[in-house]
Amino acid sequence: MMRIFVSKDMASVALGADSLAEAFASAGCEVVRTGSRGLFAIEPLAEVETDEGRIAYGPVGPNDVSAVLDGSHPARIGRIEDHPFFSGQQRFTFARCGVTDPLSLSDYAAHGGWKGLETALGLSPQAVVDAVKASGLRGRGGAGFPTGIKWQTVLDAAADEKFIICNADEGDSGTFADRMLIEGDPFCLIEGMAIASHAVGASHGYIYIRSEYPSAIAAMREAIARSATKIAPFTLEVRVGAGTYVCGEETALLESIEGKRGEVRAKPPLPAVEGLFGRPTVINNVLSLAAVPFILAEGAQAYAEVGFGRSRGTMPVQIAGNVKNGGLYEIGFGVTLGELVNQIGGGTASGRPVRAVQVGGPLGAYFPPSMFHLPFDYEAFAEAGGLIGHAGITVFDDTVDMAHMARFAMEFCAVESCGKCTPCRIGSTRGTELIDRIVAKAPRAAGTLETLPQMRNARTAARSHEEEIDLLRDLCDTMKHGSLCALGGFTPYPVLSALDHFPEDFGSGHALTEAAE
Amino acid sequence: MTQTAQIQSIIDRFVHSDQRGALLPLLHEIQEELGFIAPGAVPLIADALLISRAEVHGVISFYPDFRTEPPARHVIKLCRAESCQARGGAAIEAELSHHLGVAMGHARKDGQVALEPVYCLGLCAIGPNAMVDDRPVARIDSAAIGRIAGEVEA
Repeated sequence: MMRIFVSKDMASVALGADSLAEAFASAGCEVVRTGSRGLFAIEPLAEVETDEGRIAYGPVGPNDVSAVLDGSHPARIGRIEDHPFFSGQQRFTFARCGVTDPLSLSDYAAHGGWKGLETALGLSPQAVVDAVKASGLRGRGGAGFPTGIKWQTVLDAAADEKFIICNADEGDSGTFADRMLIEGDPFCLIEGMAIASHAVGASHGYIYIRSEYPSAIAAMREAIARSATKIAPFTLEVRVGAGTYVCGEETALLESIEGKRGEVRAKPPLPAVEGLFGRPTVINNVLSLAAVPFILAEGAQAYAEVGFGRSRGTMPVQIAGNVKNGGLYEIGFGVTLGELVNQIGGGTASGRPVRAVQVGGPLGAYFPPSMFHLPFDYEAFAEAGGLIGHAGITVFDDTVDMAHMARFAMEFCAVESCGKCTPCRIGSTRGTELIDRIVAKAPRAAGTLETLPQMRNARTAARSHEEEIDLLRDLCDTMKHGSLCALGGFTPYPVLSALDHFPEDFGSGHALTEAAE
Repeated sequence: MTQTAQIQSIIDRFVHSDQRGALLPLLHEIQEELGFIAPGAVPLIADALLISRAEVHGVISFYPDFRTEPPARHVIKLCRAESCQARGGAAIEAELSHHLGVAMGHARKDGQVALEPVYCLGLCAIGPNAMVDDRPVARIDSAAIGRIAGEVEA
């Protein structure tokens, strides 16, 4: 009987993988459902097991089954490992994703699974923390804080109980690596959390997954049930979000697990000292925890050898939006933005010129192609007025209106604000109104208050266009420095970068066509 | 079994399970079984978890997933986030809204279908995307809108 591999990743299913899998099963094949390989232009993808390895065909549909089985189908790709999108990758974290059956313990063990945990259990907790420190691993959720230092703080904290929390509330548009890993290799995350529990002395862990990811929730619950004896006495539990973006902020996430409104806490105290239910808590992103098994199994040095500057190891970059070859591309830090967008991503899907890319989700900066020389590195992006965030890149072609995108950033912040701090709660709404006035070229004139006779010193003349823009910058400054968390604090990144790099869309500076001439 | 009795039996299960921070999982469970969280559930939950009714109400109203009224027979959650916008999401939203005869964020008066915004489904390279009831749909174009509309009118 022929063995066929078809992904059951949510993205593959959205493209028709379920009916493809059914068609192969009806044709008498043994169908293995895997995670996604990560290149959506070739999905739905079918891989046929042969003596020369797994031969891939894609995109293919249910009507292509017989041509795939006799090897005559024109969409034959060959071995996936040889495809240019995959041959240049360094898959440390996503090594098994798309290859194995995500819920098969024997597949996991046969592909190097549990080696990291076995190594860790042979070491003292301090030695495990030291290995994570030596690897140079930094928080992959966006902040880039050294993971080993966070673990050290929790290890050093004296408490009757400690927790490990995995933040899988992946709300950033343009990102899907957490979802792909949980659906495609959930045991890898479980192994990383079990290593963390040994390192800091935690007894229970939570994986907080957003409700928009039903397949990931189901996969994770099943994987926890199947691996319970492997990680005992450590126990794990899935908690499901309820449609809020702000719960991806670590302290709001803690509140949510505790059964409260997802409102941000003031820091300090840090969660590592006083976290969930007031106990010391490690809270890491999916990709940080999933990088740990490799570090323990292959050695910190093997991880740290790859990278750029102070950004060590690999980053699963997600190339999204209006792009030809969108998908997940894991590579060492240092690759340039231009390589990711143009060479690997293949430019826009629409065939029009790239005008802007947003890196790091709704709170990340917009960059024009003139900045495509930037290397993918925490520090380089910070210096350029942006952030890597969760490494999602959203590509826009030349039809995008950047003032509209700046307004959307403010609107999104207003919708998602938890309401606890004023700059975020009110600033975002005032920012939306302000951008509306700027775009409409209708600056604010004196209102009822200013025209009252006793308001002798109040200004009654309308603001100029430039003054409105200055006010927007001023508001962004207040939000950036006065907000409690990154939602209000980083919303200025997309707004200011749009204003700085694309002033023509705000009705100031030189119009794009004039500049080109 | 009356609705109140149904809610009470779900609550009893949770209270006995000894789960810490049980409020969100409990609300999810009630909504999963009954389709929405009836206002009558609030005092029952408050009593069982030893918190105030205001706290329960505060949590229900904070999280957009929780509904306090029965949902439409079909729910379409269309993504409005940046990656889908970059792939023509705004035009698709307008066309879908027109085709279904319902504004974004509303349920149609006949209760057949609701169109709700969602900010990212994590399918960002193949947008515009939507969840049609429990099924993910990618690369939505005019033809797909026709299919989706046919499906939810049935």
